[in-house]
Amino acid sequence: MTHPSTPTADGEALAFYVAEDAHAEGSTMLGFWIYLMSDCLIFAVLFATFGVLGRNYAAGPSAAELFELPTVALNTAMLLLSSITFGFAMLAMEKEKLRTTLVWMAITGLFGMAFVGLELNEFAHLIHDGATPQRSAFLSSFFTLVGTHGLHVSVGLIWIVTLMVQLGLYGLNPANKRRLMCLSMFWHFLDVVWIGVFSFVYLVSVLQ
Amino acid sequence: MFSNLDLQKLVFGRLTLEAIPYHEPILLITFAMVAIGGGALLGVITYYKAWAYLWTDWFTSVDHKKIGIMYVVLAIVMLVRGFSDALLMRAQQAISFGDNQGYLPPHHYDQVFTAHGVIMIFFMAMPFVTGLMNFVVPLQIGARDVAFPFLNNFSFWMTVGGAITIMLSLFVGEFARTGWLAYPPLSEGTFSPGVGVDYYIWALQIAGIGTTLSGINLIATIVKMRAPGMTMMKMPIFVWTSLCTNVLIVAAFPILTAVLVLLSLDRYVGTHFFSNDLGGNPMMYINLIWIWGHPEVYILILPAFGIFSEVTSTFSGKRLFGYASMVYATVVITILSYLVWLHHFFTMGSGASVNSFFGITTMIISIPTGAKIFNWLFTMYRGRIRYELPMMWTVAFIITFVIGGMTGVMLAVPPADFMLHNGLFLIAHFHNVIIGGVVFGLMAGVSYWFPKAFGFRLNEFWGHMSFWFWVVGFYFAFMPLYVLGFMGVTRRLSHFDDPSLQIWFVIAAFGALLIAVGIASFIIQIVVSFRNREALADLTGDPWHGRTLEWSTASPPPDYNFAFTPMVHDLDTWADMKKRGYVRPLEGYKPIHMPKNTGAGAILSAFATIFGFAMIWYIWWLAALALFAILVTAIGHTFNYRRDFYIPAEEVVATEGRRSQLLAEHA
Ligand code: HEM
Ligand SMILES: [Cu+2]
Repeated sequence: MTHPSTPTADGEALAFYVAEDAHAEGSTMLGFWIYLMSDCLIFAVLFATFGVLGRNYAAGPSAAELFELPTVALNTAMLLLSSITFGFAMLAMEKEKLRTTLVWMAITGLFGMAFVGLELNEFAHLIHDGATPQRSAFLSSFFTLVGTHGLHVSVGLIWIVTLMVQLGLYGLNPANKRRLMCLSMFWHFLDVVWIGVFSFVYLVSVLQ
Repeated sequence: MFSNLDLQKLVFGRLTLEAIPYHEPILLITFAMVAIGGGALLGVITYYKAWAYLWTDWFTSVDHKKIGIMYVVLAIVMLVRGFSDALLMRAQQAISFGDNQGYLPPHHYDQVFTAHGVIMIFFMAMPFVTGLMNFVVPLQIGARDVAFPFLNNFSFWMTVGGAITIMLSLFVGEFARTGWLAYPPLSEGTFSPGVGVDYYIWALQIAGIGTTLSGINLIATIVKMRAPGMTMMKMPIFVWTSLCTNVLIVAAFPILTAVLVLLSLDRYVGTHFFSNDLGGNPMMYINLIWIWGHPEVYILILPAFGIFSEVTSTFSGKRLFGYASMVYATVVITILSYLVWLHHFFTMGSGASVNSFFGITTMIISIPTGAKIFNWLFTMYRGRIRYELPMMWTVAFIITFVIGGMTGVMLAVPPADFMLHNGLFLIAHFHNVIIGGVVFGLMAGVSYWFPKAFGFRLNEFWGHMSFWFWVVGFYFAFMPLYVLGFMGVTRRLSHFDDPSLQIWFVIAAFGALLIAVGIASFIIQIVVSFRNREALADLTGDPWHGRTLEWSTASPPPDYNFAFTPMVHDLDTWADMKKRGYVRPLEGYKPIHMPKNTGAGAILSAFATIFGFAMIWYIWWLAALALFAILVTAIGHTFNYRRDFYIPAEEVVATEGRRSQLLAEHA
């Protein structure tokens, strides 16, 4: 960069503009991170709601009666593994290995699908047993919190597929790398939220 | 087999001909007026073959300046709508005493005050503030656009989508009768089975997406795209207040989104978040919505504070007094605004200690705010004040806002609030700060930046008319409400029995009429100025002897804002440049990298609006279709990788050459 300067009254030379076109560094990562924080607040509201309403069983089934921890443990394992495999995809991206990146993304997607599938299965069981979202405030807040998380994971799955197609078409160009990094943040974020769900909703409720 | 009814339900949901209010004369007349006005407008656009121009140059534009202007146009249109509602209410309350029931039946009156509140806050004040921030912030920080130009266009169209949704409720179905925050259990399906609350929910959700995204966008812009040399403590105050406002937006609007989702689930799915049976808890809603709601009032007022700061220092010809304290005050207000929400419901059973805590935090906020008032006064002290329009609004603000602030501190005292809660004293207080603070600020901002946006100044005579009618009208319209509030009159009433109250309502109605003249003068002012634009032209780009970077470029600024990115050495950058004898560069132009226009934002928002409409009327197939269309369009848009282009150097040379010529002629 050169700084053309104008002599000032007191003789000292000062530059008032940048002669070369200054390329602003990308703000995508910052912007996406702020978005994640705003999403985090939505989850915060849902957690708070569960915190307030989570014991309002309204003479219906309680958490301890409903939740099966082994299923939840399996579910959690799926999501945690998917975070690890996404990490591998990012490592492959760093090394410019397109095929490996795609393979790890596909594996991540499969784990994600297993997670959503298990969750839907759990929901179906609950509803079959009469523990519907309409039954009590506890169940309303449970289904909403867990369902919102599941919805996010499903959106993440659509995103994985879309990005895989785009990677296949255009390769690891800067735009796609940026998208991969955003998706990676999104995916790990969902993992962190799930850890909150797992401990706060399932473990604590069952222990009580 | 389907009977007729089933088929109709399947196709139209609960939408029937009954939903069109052709039996309500007031609505029919309104509809006729809107239809004639709208038809005329569309006709004119078609006649001048302006559609293509509007679409390519404005609707699909990603230029922050054009988007800012479109936001402000939307806000002014919605101001007229929201104000019409206010006139309706003022007229009703002025006559509806004793045997006279007035002309608005309660079920209609309730919709009017709800629509008025929602429109004024979400579709007048919010777009106005966002529009000014959009237009001004990139110029003040020496940037060529915002961080995410497409997102900016999309945000704007989502706001429009929300506005269209709420306008539709006037002619198709009804609007909520719940008050502007739709407290449950009244807003639950059990007690409000109609479409009104659903209109409310979807209008706010669609617009809310736009608001949140534009908040993210402007934060990233301010953090990442400042000109070299502009450290945080060299940012103009308006940029600071915008930053804090957008932080508040991002930290508050998701809460509104979430709480409205929960309300929708109660209404659509039958969950029990806020119902009074099966474990639901309406207080949960009231807490959550005010955790958004109190920051919201600071979202509106902080940018206005920023405008007043810019205006005061420009028209006093001085550096702002106490810049650093102004910044700290703004940041402190930002943080404190999250610690006071409970003052909106002292009466709802929190107990003495909780009430005391929130009463004290509320009073503490008046300290940084008071500091600001003193900073403005000390900036004016010994300045060479020029009483141009923006400065007049500022002085009117200082006086009016101090009154509103003091009544606010009164309301912060819980025992006093027990007497005043839900009464006209409160209505007077918040109109006092919103009109005296936000609206006066926006008017100051419009008259201050108008020459920058369009290249000509606003007519002074009509500006003065608008100013005096607004200010005097405000006092006539709202001071009587303080009196009525002390006499114990509650809000949201469409009828009164005690005839001794009537005189105060008549005075208030008179005040509203004065404000109507003020609004009309404002619109006339724009028309008259447009017709005299040659005589009012601003050729220098710096009509007010400004101090910040936006005044260093042409009026209106070229697409790329600055031919060269400025370098910043001082807080009042442009004043500093002028003082040090800055010479405008005349050669060495380079091609400029710019984002491309796109129609994706407008299309996505159209689908979102259709989706909202289908959800409101239970037209499930249409909702599914619209959702699918949104998904496909959004994904399709991500396949577009060519989102930028270069403005060739020759074009920059030509544009800057024209400016040199103008400057030379003027000198
Ligand atoms: C321009 C002149 C205005 C007039 C004459 C006016 C008048 C009124 C009236 C008569 C009411 C109903 C009071 C009652 O419930 O008894 C009201 C309520 C309200 N106004 Fe205004 N208003 C004006 C401007 C504004 C502005 C600029 C805003 C916000 C930006 C605003 C926001 C509200 C809100 C939020 C309510 C409460 C609605 C509810 O009860 O749910 N108003 N206004
Ligand atoms: Cu408040």
